[in-house]
Amino acid sequence: FRCSASALSPQLKDTLEKLVSSEKVVLFMKGNKDFPMCGFSNTVVQILKNLNVPFEDVNILENELLRQGLKEYSNWPTFPQLYIGGEFFGGCDITIEAFKSGELQEAVERAMCS
Amino acid sequence: MVTKEQVEASLTSKLKPIHLEVIDISGGCGASFEIEVVSEQFEGKRLLERHRMVNAALEEEMKEIHALSIKKAQTPQQWKPSQDSATPSKDA
Repeated sequence: FRCSASALSPQLKDTLEKLVSSEKVVLFMKGNKDFPMCGFSNTVVQILKNLNVPFEDVNILENELLRQGLKEYSNWPTFPQLYIGGEFFGGCDITIEAFKSGELQEAVERAMCS
Repeated sequence: MVTKEQVEASLTSKLKPIHLEVIDISGGCGASFEIEVVSEQFEGKRLLERHRMVNAALEEEMKEIHALSIKKAQTPQQWKPSQDSATPSKDA
């Protein structure tokens, strides 16, 4: 069904704010880091593992409310969604680009040292 | 069902690209596209903002699109150098 009402209630927004700041790097993905359920999610997991970044993985397939709420919270329509230092960093394509250019490593290091 | 032509039409009207390539990469599981956009509207915008502009331009289509991969979101200046990378640089 398509619901025009916002999925992002004030309580959910509050919960999401805490969730994205709970760890320096948080990845909202399909599946989990040991068993990604989608190629795009898997790509980001492999990049973070390659950089040796400790991160929290959240499986959005297990919580429809979280999934819809996050789309609004991030103003981003798809998953995976990567958060670094409590801020939305990007989806799969942006993460790949930033990995290649070294920007991802910089962003992670900045967050780890803050 | 979202077609390649619809995606092209929406991006063209909203972003006025000087270069646009939409590739249908759906493997039977629904509409999936790969996109390259070169537009002056990306000037002075970070990659995240540029991708947000593409997502916004496809707001209607995104409801049905299964996967979207933005391979390029560049300004005309960024696009040109890679196009004639064979040309020797003018500074010695």
